Amino acid sequence: MTETEPAPRRAAAGMADANAAIERAYREAYGSVLATLIRFLGGDFDAAEEALADAFAAALETWPRDGIPVTPAAWLTTTARNRALDKVRRDRRQAEKLVLLERELAATEVAPMQLGTEGGFEDDRLRLIFTCCHPALPLDARVALTLRTLGGLTTPEIARAFLVPEATLAQRLVRAKRKIRQAGIPYRVPRAEELPERLDSVLATLYLVFNEGYLASYGEAAVRHELCSEAIRLAAIVADLLPDRPETHGLLALLLLQDSRRDARVAADGSIALLEEQDRTRWDRAEIDRGLAALELGFAAAAVRSHVSVGRYLLQASIAAEHARTLDGRPTDWRAIATLYEALARIDPSPVIELNRAVAIAQADGPAAGLRLLDDLAASGQLAGYHLLPAARADLLRRLGRFPEAAAEYERALALSDNDAERRFLRRRLAETRR
Amino acid sequence: MRYMLLIYTEETQQAEAPGASPGGTSSDAPEISPAWMEYTDWLLKKDMHSTGEQLASSTAATTVRVRDGNRLVTDGPFTETKEVLGGYYIIECENLDDALEAAARCPGALYGSIEVRPIIGMAMPQAASSARAAG
Repeated sequence: MTETEPAPRRAAAGMADANAAIERAYREAYGSVLATLIRFLGGDFDAAEEALADAFAAALETWPRDGIPVTPAAWLTTTARNRALDKVRRDRRQAEKLVLLERELAATEVAPMQLGTEGGFEDDRLRLIFTCCHPALPLDARVALTLRTLGGLTTPEIARAFLVPEATLAQRLVRAKRKIRQAGIPYRVPRAEELPERLDSVLATLYLVFNEGYLASYGEAAVRHELCSEAIRLAAIVADLLPDRPETHGLLALLLLQDSRRDARVAADGSIALLEEQDRTRWDRAEIDRGLAALELGFAAAAVRSHVSVGRYLLQASIAAEHARTLDGRPTDWRAIATLYEALARIDPSPVIELNRAVAIAQADGPAAGLRLLDDLAASGQLAGYHLLPAARADLLRRLGRFPEAAAEYERALALSDNDAERRFLRRRLAETRR
Repeated sequence: MRYMLLIYTEETQQAEAPGASPGGTSSDAPEISPAWMEYTDWLLKKDMHSTGEQLASSTAATTVRVRDGNRLVTDGPFTETKEVLGGYYIIECENLDDALEAAARCPGALYGSIEVRPIIGMAMPQAASSARAAG
């Protein structure tokens, strides 16, 4: 043990207490402490990760003996920073780096307590988020790096969640960090004029993490859900750090509102339950409330700017909110949903959005009106191979009483789907049309 | 850091693109349009410009390989792609974000692609440049 750890601030804690405190510090502070360390170490991710691992090892040794520090994050930061400095000092070949580091440290020297103040950590967390989600990195690397550094998930955990071999995931992380170093990706918050593009990249990365957890047809349920809660946690941080950007709240609202239906969207037999069939009492009321509050913040932020700042996430969250509000017993406002899809299609024209708009129109104006739109969509050939188009047509045909045609469409959808839960649902419906 | 901006364009398009250059001219005389001069001026003003050249058309290119001691000379550029290297700039700037901004301002970005590659062998040790960038 070196004398580099700051002095303990409390009497010895029990082993169990100390371990619980360390676990809590890992869960709550890993990302922000790492973010600060990367800055101290001039953008060196590997050295920062190593130093932080050393600091946690030191915590395991000293906290049970000397007591739990008042601000564990500050203790970890100082300890890790000192360990990193020790290591650099030992390495004579890095003498030059040492001079620079010491100069940097002299300029940024702060008392351990101050390290824990929110301001410093928040800036560093933003730096880390924007660096991990830099558009110069491939999307899969952005996802892995974000989960590894900000989320503190281990490499095996991330590999399990994405169903890739651990070695592949480790390689992906190594390559991403190498690219950051070699290409000179800066460790900083983007300038105002760069922010819209860069924020898009951050939000898209977090949405992908969430969807991987929410929609994936593979993997253990627990691991998948960890991805969802991690995406929500990070989205909340981003919304907190950039509150004047409407889309940050939009994404958070969207994730919360989608996640609120998690328990209800799988039926007892493991098949996907459609929105209309879900047992709405199983929706998570607390998440819905948080989601609706985030949505409100988003629109308030958008009102300060111009109407163009209502982006895709706020619109998608608004659609989810229309469904969530039915919990209070009012019927779904399909007309409003169709209008929201129209607005969404203007920002982001896509046949999938057209498909959803057609489904909303079918609910508002009857299955025949929706079917006309779907027929146009099918004729355009844009969604050939996408199982949800025949599935949606089948549903409308069934409701129109055109059972043989509906059955044929269910068959087509079944042939195109590779999601087990979805296939169970389609088979159930197919059986009904043949009854 | 130093970066090379490699300007890839479709040679057939260059004749049509307004002020297209470098690379696209069929004549031997270089023809530098105002857009490119303005761009070079911008790089100079930003203190980023190091050097840059326009290349002759890829029809003037010859490729050399040495295999088992034998020299193999073939006509044309190394790869058979639609977009060919038409010219380059070497710039000096703090980090990738600055280099990407310079690339986005390049006239060739409007009709071709600009590949941004860091140059190995930096003017100062990496810790220095990255520590500065982080500060």
